[in-house]
Amino acid sequence: MTVLLSVQGVTKRFGGLQALTKVTFDLPEGQILGLIGPNGAGKTTLFNAINGVYPPEEGHIIFRGQEVTRAKTYTMARMGLARTHQIVQPLNELTVLENVMVGACFGQENHSLSNAYGIAEEVLEFVGLGIRSEQLAASLNVAQKKRLEMARALASRPKLLLLDEVLAGLNSSEIGNMVETVKKIRERGITIIMIEHVMKAVMNVSDRILVLDYGQQIAEGTPEEISQNEKVIEAYLGDPKLAEKLLKEE
Amino acid sequence: MKSWQKHLGLVLPLLVVAGVVLWPIITDNVSARESAFTILKAIALASSLNILLGYTGYVSFGHIVFYGFGGYVGLYFVNDHGWSIWAGMLAGGIASGILAFLLGKAILRLRGAYFALATIGINEAMKAFANNFDLFGGPIGMVLNFSVYKAYGGAAEALKMTFYIMAGLTFAALLISHFVRSSKFGLGLLAIRENEDAAEVMGVIAPNAKTWAYVLSAIIPGMVGVLFFFKNGHVEPPVAFPLHSSIELLVMVMLGGQGTVLGPILGAFAYQGMRGYLVTSDFFKDIQLSVSGVVLLLIVLFIPAGAIGWLRHRIPVLRRVLA
Ligand SMILES: Nc1ncnc2c1ncn2[C@@H]1O[C@H](COP(=O)(O)OP(=O)(O)O)[C@@H](O)[C@H]1O
Ligand SMILES: [Mg+2]
Repeated sequence: MTVLLSVQGVTKRFGGLQALTKVTFDLPEGQILGLIGPNGAGKTTLFNAINGVYPPEEGHIIFRGQEVTRAKTYTMARMGLARTHQIVQPLNELTVLENVMVGACFGQENHSLSNAYGIAEEVLEFVGLGIRSEQLAASLNVAQKKRLEMARALASRPKLLLLDEVLAGLNSSEIGNMVETVKKIRERGITIIMIEHVMKAVMNVSDRILVLDYGQQIAEGTPEEISQNEKVIEAYLGDPKLAEKLLKEE
Repeated sequence: MKSWQKHLGLVLPLLVVAGVVLWPIITDNVSARESAFTILKAIALASSLNILLGYTGYVSFGHIVFYGFGGYVGLYFVNDHGWSIWAGMLAGGIASGILAFLLGKAILRLRGAYFALATIGINEAMKAFANNFDLFGGPIGMVLNFSVYKAYGGAAEALKMTFYIMAGLTFAALLISHFVRSSKFGLGLLAIRENEDAAEVMGVIAPNAKTWAYVLSAIIPGMVGVLFFFKNGHVEPPVAFPLHSSIELLVMVMLGGQGTVLGPILGAFAYQGMRGYLVTSDFFKDIQLSVSGVVLLLIVLFIPAGAIGWLRHRIPVLRRVLA
Protein backbone atom coordinates (compact mmCIF):
# COMPACT_ATOMS: atom_id res chain seq x y z
CA MET A 1 0.00 0.00 0.00
CA THR A 2 1.81 3.13 -1.16
CA VAL A 3 0.85 6.45 0.34
CA LEU A 4 -0.04 8.94 -2.40
CA LEU A 5 -0.71 11.95 -0.21
CA SER A 6 0.44 12.63 3.30
CA VAL A 7 -0.92 15.61 5.23
CA GLN A 8 1.04 16.25 8.43
CA GLY A 9 -0.03 18.74 11.07
CA VAL A 10 -1.43 21.26 8.61
CA THR A 11 -2.56 24.50 10.23
CA LYS A 12 -4.09 27.44 8.40
CA ARG A 13 -5.23 30.79 9.83
CA PHE A 14 -7.15 33.63 8.23
CA GLY A 15 -6.35 36.59 10.44
CA GLY A 16 -7.68 35.56 13.84
CA LEU A 17 -9.67 32.65 12.45
CA GLN A 18 -8.19 29.19 12.88
CA ALA A 19 -9.47 27.53 9.70
CA LEU A 20 -7.41 24.31 10.08
CA THR A 21 -5.73 22.96 13.20
CA LYS A 22 -3.05 20.29 12.85
CA VAL A 23 -4.88 18.17 10.30
CA THR A 24 -3.05 14.89 9.77
CA PHE A 25 -3.81 11.89 7.57
CA ASP A 26 -2.30 9.54 4.99
CA LEU A 27 -4.12 8.68 1.80
CA PRO A 28 -3.17 5.36 0.17
CA GLU A 29 -3.26 5.06 -3.60
CA GLY A 30 -6.58 3.96 -5.09
CA GLN A 31 -8.78 4.89 -2.13
CA ILE A 32 -11.68 7.29 -1.84
CA LEU A 33 -11.52 9.50 1.22
CA GLY A 34 -14.75 11.27 2.17
CA LEU A 35 -14.30 14.65 3.85
CA ILE A 36 -17.31 15.78 5.84
CA GLY A 37 -18.17 18.44 8.38
CA PRO A 38 -20.56 21.34 8.87
CA ASN A 39 -20.38 24.47 6.72
CA GLY A 40 -17.34 26.55 7.57
CA ALA A 41 -15.51 23.54 9.05
CA GLY A 42 -12.49 24.12 6.79
CA LYS A 43 -13.02 21.44 4.15
CA THR A 44 -12.50 23.71 1.14
CA THR A 45 -9.60 25.35 2.95
CA LEU A 46 -7.96 21.94 3.29
CA PHE A 47 -8.25 21.48 -0.49
CA ASN A 48 -6.81 24.95 -0.99
CA ALA A 49 -3.88 24.07 1.25
CA ILE A 50 -3.24 20.79 -0.55
CA ASN A 51 -3.30 22.22 -4.06
CA GLY A 52 -1.34 25.37 -3.29
CA VAL A 53 -3.99 28.09 -3.32
CA TYR A 54 -3.24 29.01 0.31
CA PRO A 55 0.02 27.60 1.66
CA PRO A 56 -0.44 26.50 5.29
CA GLU A 57 1.30 28.28 8.16
CA GLU A 58 2.41 25.03 9.75
CA GLY A 59 2.78 21.43 8.76
CA HIS A 60 3.81 19.50 5.69
CA ILE A 61 2.13 18.14 2.61
CA ILE A 62 3.83 15.30 0.78
CA PHE A 63 2.52 14.21 -2.61
CA ARG A 64 3.99 11.30 -4.54
CA GLY A 65 6.92 11.28 -2.16
CA GLN A 66 7.78 14.93 -2.65
CA GLU A 67 7.51 17.81 -0.22
CA VAL A 68 4.98 20.17 -1.85
CA THR A 69 3.94 22.34 1.09
CA ARG A 70 4.54 25.64 -0.67
CA ALA A 71 4.24 24.50 -4.28
CA LYS A 72 2.24 26.58 -6.75
CA THR A 73 -1.13 25.40 -8.01
CA TYR A 74 0.28 24.81 -11.52
CA THR A 75 3.13 22.73 -10.12
CA MET A 76 0.62 20.56 -8.31
CA ALA A 77 -1.46 20.21 -11.47
CA ARG A 78 1.58 19.13 -13.43
CA MET A 79 2.42 16.58 -10.74
CA GLY A 80 -0.95 14.95 -11.22
CA LEU A 81 -3.33 16.72 -8.86
CA ALA A 82 -6.67 17.91 -10.18
CA ARG A 83 -9.60 19.51 -8.42
CA THR A 84 -13.09 20.84 -8.90
CA HIS A 85 -14.31 24.06 -7.30
CA GLN A 86 -17.28 24.30 -4.96
CA ILE A 87 -18.02 27.65 -6.63
CA VAL A 88 -17.69 26.70 -10.28
CA GLN A 89 -14.96 28.46 -12.26
CA PRO A 90 -15.80 28.00 -15.94
CA LEU A 91 -13.74 29.71 -18.65
CA ASN A 92 -16.87 31.50 -19.80
CA GLU A 93 -16.00 32.70 -23.27
CA LEU A 94 -14.40 29.42 -24.31
CA THR A 95 -16.39 26.46 -25.52
CA VAL A 96 -17.05 23.47 -23.27
CA LEU A 97 -14.62 21.47 -25.40
CA GLU A 98 -11.90 24.11 -25.10
CA ASN A 99 -12.38 24.24 -21.33
CA VAL A 100 -11.70 20.52 -21.12
CA MET A 101 -8.80 20.72 -23.57
CA VAL A 102 -7.07 23.13 -21.17
CA GLY A 103 -7.18 20.38 -18.56
CA ALA A 104 -5.67 17.83 -20.95
CA CYS A 105 -3.03 20.18 -22.38
CA PHE A 106 -1.57 21.45 -19.13
CA GLY A 107 -2.08 18.56 -16.73
CA GLN A 108 0.51 15.98 -15.86
CA GLU A 109 0.51 14.32 -19.29
CA ASN A 110 1.11 17.62 -21.08
CA HIS A 111 -0.73 16.67 -24.26
CA SER A 112 -0.56 18.34 -27.66
CA LEU A 113 -3.65 20.16 -28.91
CA SER A 114 -4.74 17.36 -31.22
CA ASN A 115 -4.37 14.68 -28.52
CA ALA A 116 -6.18 16.95 -26.09
CA TYR A 117 -9.03 17.25 -28.56
CA GLY A 118 -9.52 13.49 -28.54
CA ILE A 119 -9.24 13.21 -24.77
CA ALA A 120 -11.68 16.07 -24.26
CA GLU A 121 -14.26 14.48 -26.53
CA GLU A 122 -13.94 11.18 -24.69
CA VAL A 123 -14.16 12.76 -21.23
CA LEU A 124 -17.15 14.88 -22.23
CA GLU A 125 -18.97 11.73 -23.31
CA PHE A 126 -18.01 10.11 -20.02
CA VAL A 127 -19.55 12.90 -17.91
CA GLY A 128 -22.53 13.26 -20.24
CA LEU A 129 -21.71 16.64 -21.78
CA GLY A 130 -20.86 15.33 -25.24
CA ILE A 131 -23.68 17.15 -27.01
CA ARG A 132 -22.72 20.45 -25.40
CA SER A 133 -19.09 20.52 -26.49
CA GLU A 134 -19.48 23.40 -28.98
CA GLN A 135 -21.47 25.60 -26.58
CA LEU A 136 -19.84 28.42 -24.65
CA ALA A 137 -19.22 27.40 -21.05
CA ALA A 138 -21.14 30.48 -19.89
CA SER A 139 -24.32 29.05 -21.36
CA LEU A 140 -24.37 25.91 -19.16
CA ASN A 141 -26.61 25.58 -16.11
CA VAL A 142 -25.13 24.91 -12.67
CA ALA A 143 -25.42 21.11 -12.82
CA GLN A 144 -23.71 21.13 -16.21
CA LYS A 145 -21.01 23.48 -14.94
CA LYS A 146 -20.30 21.00 -12.13
CA ARG A 147 -19.88 18.29 -14.74
CA LEU A 148 -17.62 20.60 -16.69
CA GLU A 149 -15.45 21.06 -13.59
CA MET A 150 -15.29 17.28 -13.32
CA ALA A 151 -14.50 16.84 -17.01
CA ARG A 152 -11.67 19.37 -16.91
CA ALA A 153 -10.17 17.67 -13.89
CA LEU A 154 -10.46 14.20 -15.44
CA ALA A 155 -9.00 15.30 -18.77
CA SER A 156 -5.70 15.95 -17.01
CA ARG A 157 -5.58 12.21 -16.17
CA PRO A 158 -4.77 12.97 -12.53
CA LYS A 159 -3.29 10.68 -9.90
CA LEU A 160 -5.30 12.43 -7.21
CA LEU A 161 -8.66 14.10 -7.70
CA LEU A 162 -10.16 16.55 -5.20
CA LEU A 163 -13.94 16.84 -5.57
CA ASP A 164 -15.53 19.77 -3.73
CA GLU A 165 -19.29 19.25 -3.32
CA VAL A 166 -19.97 18.00 -6.81
CA LEU A 167 -23.39 16.78 -5.69
CA ALA A 168 -24.57 20.06 -4.16
CA GLY A 169 -27.45 21.60 -6.06
CA LEU A 170 -28.17 18.46 -8.10
CA ASN A 171 -31.52 16.65 -8.11
CA SER A 172 -31.75 13.02 -7.03
CA SER A 173 -31.37 11.48 -10.49
CA GLU A 174 -28.42 13.78 -11.20
CA ILE A 175 -26.91 12.68 -7.87
CA GLY A 176 -27.34 9.04 -8.90
CA ASN A 177 -25.53 9.71 -12.19
CA MET A 178 -22.75 11.61 -10.51
CA VAL A 179 -22.20 8.86 -7.91
CA GLU A 180 -21.95 6.33 -10.73
CA THR A 181 -19.45 8.61 -12.43
CA VAL A 182 -17.36 8.82 -9.26
CA LYS A 183 -17.32 5.04 -8.95
CA LYS A 184 -16.24 4.69 -12.57
CA ILE A 185 -13.45 7.16 -11.95
CA ARG A 186 -12.21 5.05 -9.06
CA GLU A 187 -12.22 1.99 -11.29
CA ARG A 188 -9.71 3.84 -13.46
CA GLY A 189 -7.35 3.77 -10.48
CA ILE A 190 -7.67 7.44 -9.59
CA THR A 191 -7.40 8.30 -5.90
CA ILE A 192 -10.10 10.68 -4.70
CA ILE A 193 -10.83 13.01 -1.81
CA MET A 194 -14.47 13.94 -1.84
CA ILE A 195 -16.11 16.74 0.12
CA GLU A 196 -19.78 15.99 0.39
CA HIS A 197 -22.89 16.94 2.31
CA VAL A 198 -25.07 14.21 0.90
CA MET A 199 -24.43 11.62 3.63
CA LYS A 200 -25.84 8.61 1.90
CA ALA A 201 -23.70 9.18 -1.15
CA VAL A 202 -20.50 9.83 0.74
CA MET A 203 -20.98 6.85 3.09
CA ASN A 204 -21.69 4.74 0.05
CA VAL A 205 -18.62 5.48 -2.05
CA SER A 206 -15.91 6.27 0.50
CA ASP A 207 -13.34 3.78 1.80
CA ARG A 208 -12.57 6.03 4.73
CA ILE A 209 -14.04 9.22 6.11
CA LEU A 210 -12.46 12.19 7.84
CA VAL A 211 -14.60 14.59 9.85
CA LEU A 212 -13.69 18.25 10.36
CA ASP A 213 -15.37 20.58 12.83
CA TYR A 214 -14.18 24.18 13.32
CA GLY A 215 -10.91 23.25 11.67
CA GLN A 216 -10.34 20.34 14.08
CA GLN A 217 -10.07 16.81 12.83
CA ILE A 218 -12.59 15.17 15.17
CA ALA A 219 -12.70 11.68 13.70
CA GLU A 220 -11.31 9.42 11.01
CA GLY A 221 -12.35 5.90 10.08
CA THR A 222 -14.47 3.64 7.93
CA PRO A 223 -18.03 4.78 7.15
CA GLU A 224 -19.41 2.36 9.80
CA GLU A 225 -17.04 3.64 12.47
CA ILE A 226 -17.92 7.24 11.65
CA SER A 227 -21.65 6.71 11.76
CA GLN A 228 -21.27 5.27 15.28
CA ASN A 229 -18.72 7.75 16.56
CA GLU A 230 -20.00 9.67 19.59
CA LYS A 231 -18.10 12.86 18.79
CA VAL A 232 -19.35 12.93 15.24
CA ILE A 233 -22.96 12.36 16.24
CA GLU A 234 -22.65 15.08 18.83
CA ALA A 235 -20.85 17.64 16.71
CA TYR A 236 -22.45 16.97 13.44
CA LEU A 237 -24.90 14.21 12.74
CA GLY A 238 -26.59 14.55 16.13
CA ASP A 239 -27.38 18.22 15.86
CA PRO A 240 -31.09 18.13 14.95
CA LYS A 241 -31.01 21.43 13.06
CA LEU A 242 -28.02 20.44 10.97
CA ALA A 243 -29.44 17.05 10.18
CA GLU A 244 -32.58 18.79 8.99
CA LYS A 245 -30.57 21.14 6.83
CA LEU A 246 -28.62 18.29 5.31
CA LEU A 247 -31.78 16.41 4.50
CA LYS A 248 -33.13 19.49 2.74
CA GLU A 249 -29.98 19.80 0.65
CA GLU A 250 -30.49 16.21 -0.33
CA MET B 1 -10.80 18.95 -35.95
CA LYS B 2 -9.29 18.65 -39.40
CA SER B 3 -6.11 20.59 -39.76
CA TRP B 4 -7.29 22.72 -42.67
CA GLN B 5 -10.34 23.82 -40.68
CA LYS B 6 -8.07 25.18 -38.04
CA HIS B 7 -6.61 27.57 -40.59
CA LEU B 8 -9.87 28.68 -42.17
CA GLY B 9 -9.82 31.73 -39.94
CA LEU B 10 -6.66 32.90 -41.67
CA VAL B 11 -8.29 33.31 -45.08
CA LEU B 12 -10.21 36.57 -44.53
CA PRO B 13 -7.37 38.35 -42.71
CA LEU B 14 -4.96 37.41 -45.51
CA LEU B 15 -7.37 38.64 -48.17
CA VAL B 16 -7.96 41.96 -46.43
CA VAL B 17 -4.26 42.66 -45.97
CA ALA B 18 -3.48 41.53 -49.52
CA GLY B 19 -6.11 43.98 -50.73
CA VAL B 20 -4.50 46.84 -48.84
CA VAL B 21 -1.09 45.93 -50.25
CA LEU B 22 -2.30 45.59 -53.86
CA TRP B 23 -4.38 48.77 -53.95
CA PRO B 24 -1.46 51.26 -54.39
CA ILE B 25 0.42 48.81 -56.61
CA ILE B 26 -2.50 48.46 -59.02
CA THR B 27 -3.39 52.14 -59.02
CA ASP B 28 0.31 53.03 -59.12
CA ASN B 29 -0.40 56.01 -56.94
CA VAL B 30 2.11 57.44 -54.45
CA SER B 31 -0.45 59.01 -52.16
CA ALA B 32 -2.42 55.74 -52.09
CA ARG B 33 0.84 54.07 -51.08
CA GLU B 34 1.23 56.47 -48.18
CA SER B 35 -2.32 55.77 -47.02
CA ALA B 36 -1.82 52.04 -47.39
CA PHE B 37 1.43 52.27 -45.41
CA THR B 38 -0.41 53.97 -42.56
CA ILE B 39 -3.15 51.34 -42.56
CA LEU B 40 -0.68 48.43 -42.69
CA LYS B 41 1.29 49.96 -39.82
CA ALA B 42 -1.90 50.25 -37.78
CA ILE B 43 -2.84 46.64 -38.57
CA ALA B 44 0.59 45.33 -37.60
CA LEU B 45 0.63 47.25 -34.31
CA ALA B 46 -2.99 46.47 -33.41
CA SER B 47 -2.57 42.77 -34.19
CA SER B 48 0.51 42.67 -31.96
CA LEU B 49 -1.26 44.42 -29.11
CA ASN B 50 -4.12 41.95 -29.52
CA ILE B 51 -1.87 39.08 -28.40
CA LEU B 52 -1.65 40.69 -24.99
CA LEU B 53 -4.98 42.51 -24.82
CA GLY B 54 -7.24 40.15 -26.73
CA TYR B 55 -5.75 36.72 -26.04
CA THR B 56 -4.25 37.19 -22.58
CA GLY B 57 -6.66 39.82 -21.24
CA TYR B 58 -4.05 42.31 -20.04
CA VAL B 59 -4.74 45.94 -20.99
CA SER B 60 -1.55 47.71 -22.02
CA PHE B 61 -2.08 51.45 -22.24
CA GLY B 62 1.54 52.11 -23.13
CA HIS B 63 2.20 49.54 -25.83
CA ILE B 64 3.72 52.16 -28.11
CA VAL B 65 6.81 52.05 -25.87
CA PHE B 66 8.01 49.00 -27.83
CA TYR B 67 7.62 50.83 -31.13
CA GLY B 68 9.56 53.80 -29.81
CA PHE B 69 12.28 51.89 -28.01
CA GLY B 70 12.87 49.37 -30.79
CA GLY B 71 12.79 52.16 -33.34
CA TYR B 72 15.41 54.15 -31.47
CA VAL B 73 17.73 51.18 -31.07
CA GLY B 74 17.43 50.13 -34.72
CA LEU B 75 17.85 53.63 -36.12
CA TYR B 76 20.87 54.16 -33.92
CA PHE B 77 22.63 51.15 -35.45
CA VAL B 78 21.59 52.09 -38.99
CA ASN B 79 22.68 55.70 -38.60
CA ASP B 80 25.76 55.50 -36.38
CA HIS B 81 27.13 52.08 -37.26
CA GLY B 82 26.18 51.75 -40.91
CA TRP B 83 23.96 48.68 -40.40
CA SER B 84 21.53 47.79 -43.16
CA ILE B 85 17.82 48.40 -42.58
CA TRP B 86 17.38 44.63 -42.22
CA ALA B 87 19.95 44.32 -39.46
CA GLY B 88 18.58 47.48 -37.87
CA MET B 89 15.05 46.07 -37.83
CA LEU B 90 16.29 42.84 -36.34
CA ALA B 91 18.11 44.77 -33.62
CA GLY B 92 14.99 46.84 -32.92
CA GLY B 93 12.78 43.77 -32.69
CA ILE B 94 15.18 41.99 -30.37
CA ALA B 95 15.63 45.08 -28.20
CA SER B 96 11.88 45.45 -27.77
CA GLY B 97 11.51 41.74 -27.06
CA ILE B 98 14.15 41.90 -24.34
CA LEU B 99 12.55 45.02 -22.86
CA ALA B 100 9.17 43.24 -22.76
CA PHE B 101 10.77 40.21 -21.12
CA LEU B 102 12.30 42.28 -18.34
CA LEU B 103 9.19 44.43 -17.88
CA GLY B 104 7.02 41.33 -17.93
CA LYS B 105 8.91 39.80 -15.03
CA ALA B 106 8.34 43.02 -13.10
CA ILE B 107 4.79 44.16 -13.85
CA LEU B 108 2.81 41.21 -15.20
CA ARG B 109 2.08 40.13 -11.65
CA LEU B 110 -0.13 43.21 -11.40
CA ARG B 111 -3.71 42.68 -12.42
CA GLY B 112 -6.38 44.86 -13.98
CA ALA B 113 -6.03 48.61 -13.65
CA TYR B 114 -2.69 48.33 -11.85
CA PHE B 115 -1.06 46.72 -14.85
CA ALA B 116 -2.60 49.29 -17.22
CA LEU B 117 -1.29 52.16 -15.07
CA ALA B 118 2.17 50.62 -14.89
CA THR B 119 2.36 50.43 -18.69
CA ILE B 120 1.58 54.15 -18.96
CA GLY B 121 4.28 54.90 -16.42
CA ILE B 122 6.80 52.87 -18.38
CA ASN B 123 6.04 54.70 -21.62
CA GLU B 124 6.52 58.08 -19.91
CA ALA B 125 9.67 56.90 -18.16
CA MET B 126 11.09 55.72 -21.47
CA LYS B 127 10.29 59.07 -23.08
CA ALA B 128 12.11 60.86 -20.27
CA PHE B 129 15.03 58.48 -20.67
CA ALA B 130 15.29 59.18 -24.42
CA ASN B 131 15.16 62.90 -23.67
CA ASN B 132 18.23 62.57 -21.50
CA PHE B 133 20.20 59.88 -23.27
CA ASP B 134 22.97 61.46 -25.33
CA LEU B 135 23.62 58.41 -27.48
CA PHE B 136 20.04 58.76 -28.84
CA GLY B 137 20.45 62.52 -29.34
CA GLY B 138 18.60 63.65 -26.20
CA PRO B 139 15.63 65.99 -26.84
CA ILE B 140 16.73 66.62 -30.45
CA GLY B 141 16.64 62.94 -31.31
CA MET B 142 18.40 61.47 -34.32
CA VAL B 143 18.40 62.63 -37.91
CA LEU B 144 19.15 60.02 -40.49
CA ASN B 145 22.17 60.77 -42.60
CA PHE B 146 20.69 61.17 -46.09
CA SER B 147 23.44 59.16 -47.68
CA VAL B 148 22.07 56.03 -45.97
CA TYR B 149 19.35 55.90 -48.65
CA LYS B 150 21.98 55.65 -51.39
CA ALA B 151 22.54 52.01 -50.67
CA TYR B 152 18.90 51.39 -51.65
CA GLY B 153 18.98 53.35 -54.93
CA GLY B 154 18.15 56.80 -53.61
CA ALA B 155 15.41 58.26 -51.44
CA ALA B 156 12.50 57.53 -53.80
CA GLU B 157 13.47 53.87 -54.17
CA ALA B 158 14.10 53.52 -50.47
CA LEU B 159 10.62 54.85 -49.71
CA LYS B 160 9.10 52.41 -52.14
CA MET B 161 11.04 49.61 -50.49
CA THR B 162 9.77 50.57 -47.03
CA PHE B 163 6.24 49.97 -48.27
CA TYR B 164 7.04 46.40 -49.26
CA ILE B 165 8.84 45.77 -46.01
CA MET B 166 5.84 47.14 -44.14
CA ALA B 167 3.64 44.74 -46.09
CA GLY B 168 5.93 41.88 -45.07
CA LEU B 169 5.83 42.91 -41.40
CA THR B 170 2.04 43.11 -41.50
CA PHE B 171 1.78 39.60 -42.91
CA ALA B 172 4.22 38.44 -40.25
CA ALA B 173 2.12 40.06 -37.50
CA LEU B 174 -0.97 38.42 -38.87
CA LEU B 175 0.61 34.98 -39.06
CA ILE B 176 1.97 35.29 -35.53
CA SER B 177 -1.47 36.33 -34.34
CA HIS B 178 -3.11 33.37 -36.05
CA PHE B 179 -0.59 30.77 -35.00
CA VAL B 180 -0.63 31.94 -31.41
CA ARG B 181 -4.42 31.80 -31.40
CA SER B 182 -4.57 28.29 -32.79
CA SER B 183 -1.74 26.84 -30.68
CA LYS B 184 -1.61 25.17 -27.30
CA PHE B 185 0.27 28.20 -26.00
CA GLY B 186 -2.64 30.35 -27.20
CA LEU B 187 -5.18 28.13 -25.45
CA GLY B 188 -3.25 28.73 -22.24
CA LEU B 189 -3.42 32.49 -22.86
CA LEU B 190 -7.17 32.36 -23.46
CA ALA B 191 -7.56 30.39 -20.23
CA ILE B 192 -5.59 33.08 -18.37
CA ARG B 193 -7.81 35.75 -19.89
CA GLU B 194 -10.96 33.98 -18.74
CA ASN B 195 -9.84 33.11 -15.22
CA GLU B 196 -6.18 33.25 -14.29
CA ASP B 197 -6.51 31.38 -11.00
CA ALA B 198 -8.53 28.57 -12.54
CA ALA B 199 -6.04 28.37 -15.42
CA GLU B 200 -3.19 27.91 -12.95
CA VAL B 201 -5.11 25.24 -11.06
CA MET B 202 -5.31 23.39 -14.39
CA GLY B 203 -1.55 23.64 -14.81
CA VAL B 204 -1.08 26.72 -16.99
CA ILE B 205 2.15 28.35 -15.80
CA ALA B 206 0.67 31.83 -16.04
CA PRO B 207 3.78 33.87 -15.16
CA ASN B 208 5.73 32.31 -18.03
CA ALA B 209 2.89 32.31 -20.53
CA LYS B 210 2.11 35.97 -19.87
CA THR B 211 5.75 36.96 -20.22
CA TRP B 212 6.07 35.22 -23.59
CA ALA B 213 2.82 36.76 -24.78
CA TYR B 214 4.20 40.16 -23.83
CA VAL B 215 7.46 39.46 -25.67
CA LEU B 216 5.61 38.29 -28.79
CA SER B 217 3.43 41.38 -28.73
CA ALA B 218 6.51 43.63 -28.54
CA ILE B 219 8.76 42.32 -31.32
CA ILE B 220 6.82 43.43 -34.41
CA PRO B 221 6.16 46.92 -32.98
CA GLY B 222 9.90 47.29 -32.40
CA MET B 223 10.62 46.39 -36.03
CA VAL B 224 7.85 48.68 -37.29
CA GLY B 225 9.39 51.51 -35.27
CA VAL B 226 12.77 51.07 -36.97
CA LEU B 227 11.17 50.98 -40.40
CA PHE B 228 9.00 54.03 -39.77
CA PHE B 229 11.81 56.17 -38.38
CA PHE B 230 14.02 55.07 -41.26
CA LYS B 231 11.30 56.15 -43.70
CA ASN B 232 10.74 59.42 -41.84
CA GLY B 233 14.44 60.15 -41.73
CA HIS B 234 14.37 61.18 -38.11
CA VAL B 235 13.10 60.40 -34.64
CA GLU B 236 12.64 62.42 -31.45
CA PRO B 237 11.11 61.48 -28.08
CA PRO B 238 7.53 62.74 -28.59
CA VAL B 239 7.38 61.06 -32.03
CA ALA B 240 8.64 57.78 -30.62
CA PHE B 241 6.51 57.55 -27.48
CA PRO B 242 3.14 59.19 -28.22
CA LEU B 243 0.74 58.05 -25.51
CA HIS B 244 -2.26 58.94 -27.64
CA SER B 245 -1.16 56.38 -30.25
CA SER B 246 -1.27 53.71 -27.57
CA ILE B 247 -4.85 54.63 -26.88
CA GLU B 248 -5.68 54.69 -30.58
CA LEU B 249 -4.33 51.14 -30.81
CA LEU B 250 -6.63 50.09 -27.98
CA VAL B 251 -9.58 51.64 -29.81
CA MET B 252 -8.68 49.72 -32.98
CA VAL B 253 -8.45 46.37 -31.21
CA MET B 254 -11.62 46.94 -29.20
CA LEU B 255 -13.55 48.28 -32.19
CA GLY B 256 -12.82 45.33 -34.45
CA GLY B 257 -12.96 42.69 -31.73
CA GLN B 258 -10.34 41.72 -29.20
CA GLY B 259 -9.19 38.12 -29.13
CA THR B 260 -9.86 37.45 -32.81
CA VAL B 261 -7.38 37.54 -35.70
CA LEU B 262 -9.63 39.54 -38.02
CA GLY B 263 -10.91 42.03 -35.43
CA PRO B 264 -7.80 44.20 -35.03
CA ILE B 265 -7.37 44.28 -38.81
CA LEU B 266 -10.87 45.59 -39.43
CA GLY B 267 -10.58 47.86 -36.40
CA ALA B 268 -7.34 49.38 -37.70
CA PHE B 269 -8.92 49.83 -41.10
CA ALA B 270 -12.07 51.46 -39.76
CA TYR B 271 -10.22 53.63 -37.29
CA GLN B 272 -7.76 54.93 -39.86
CA GLY B 273 -10.66 55.69 -42.18
CA MET B 274 -12.46 57.59 -39.47
CA ARG B 275 -9.31 59.41 -38.46
CA GLY B 276 -8.60 60.39 -42.06
CA TYR B 277 -12.03 61.95 -42.21
CA LEU B 278 -11.74 63.67 -38.85
CA VAL B 279 -8.35 65.30 -39.39
CA THR B 280 -9.43 66.77 -42.72
CA SER B 281 -12.75 68.05 -41.43
CA ASP B 282 -12.74 71.68 -40.24
CA PHE B 283 -14.99 70.92 -37.35
CA PHE B 284 -13.33 67.79 -35.99
CA LYS B 285 -9.66 68.30 -36.74
CA ASP B 286 -8.81 69.79 -33.34
CA ILE B 287 -10.90 67.41 -31.30
CA GLN B 288 -10.04 64.25 -33.20
CA LEU B 289 -8.65 62.56 -30.06
CA SER B 290 -11.76 63.40 -28.07
CA VAL B 291 -13.82 61.68 -30.73
CA SER B 292 -11.59 58.59 -30.41
CA GLY B 293 -12.18 58.68 -26.66
CA VAL B 294 -15.92 58.80 -27.15
CA VAL B 295 -15.73 55.91 -29.62
CA LEU B 296 -13.79 53.85 -27.07
CA LEU B 297 -16.40 54.63 -24.42
CA LEU B 298 -19.25 53.62 -26.71
CA ILE B 299 -17.56 50.32 -27.60
CA VAL B 300 -16.89 49.43 -23.98
CA LEU B 301 -20.47 50.27 -23.07
CA PHE B 302 -22.33 48.70 -25.95
CA ILE B 303 -20.22 46.19 -27.88
CA PRO B 304 -17.45 45.14 -25.48
CA ALA B 305 -16.66 42.15 -27.71
CA GLY B 306 -16.09 44.42 -30.73
CA ALA B 307 -17.61 44.02 -34.18
CA ILE B 308 -16.25 40.53 -34.87
CA GLY B 309 -17.03 39.31 -31.37
CA TRP B 310 -20.56 40.61 -31.75
CA LEU B 311 -21.00 38.78 -35.05
CA ARG B 312 -19.58 35.56 -33.62
CA HIS B 313 -22.06 35.72 -30.77
CA ARG B 314 -25.03 36.42 -33.01
CA ILE B 315 -24.22 33.95 -35.75
CA PRO B 316 -22.37 30.92 -34.33
CA VAL B 317 -21.80 29.37 -37.78
CA LEU B 318 -19.45 32.24 -38.50
CA ARG B 319 -17.12 31.11 -35.70
CA ARG B 320 -15.05 28.96 -37.99
CA VAL B 321 -14.51 31.68 -40.56
CA LEU B 322 -14.22 34.65 -38.22
CA ALA B 323 -11.46 33.33 -36.02
N1 LIG C 1 -9.87 33.46 1.79
C1 LIG C 1 -10.40 33.47 3.02
N2 LIG C 1 -10.24 34.55 3.81
C2 LIG C 1 -10.76 34.58 5.05
N3 LIG C 1 -11.46 33.59 5.60
C3 LIG C 1 -11.68 32.48 4.86
C4 LIG C 1 -11.16 32.36 3.53
N4 LIG C 1 -11.53 31.15 3.04
C5 LIG C 1 -12.22 30.55 4.01
N5 LIG C 1 -12.33 31.33 5.10
C6 LIG C 1 -12.99 30.98 6.36
O1 LIG C 1 -12.47 29.74 6.80
C7 LIG C 1 -13.49 28.93 7.35
C8 LIG C 1 -13.54 27.61 6.61
O2 LIG C 1 -14.08 27.84 5.32
P1 LIG C 1 -14.22 26.68 4.26
O3 LIG C 1 -12.96 25.94 4.17
O4 LIG C 1 -14.73 27.31 3.01
O5 LIG C 1 -15.37 25.77 4.90
P2 LIG C 1 -16.14 24.54 4.30
O6 LIG C 1 -15.63 24.28 2.92
O7 LIG C 1 -15.88 23.42 5.24
O8 LIG C 1 -17.58 24.93 4.30
C9 LIG C 1 -14.79 29.74 7.25
O9 LIG C 1 -15.02 30.38 8.48
C10 LIG C 1 -14.49 30.74 6.17
O10 LIG C 1 -15.23 31.92 6.37
MG1 LIG D 1 -16.57 24.41 1.11
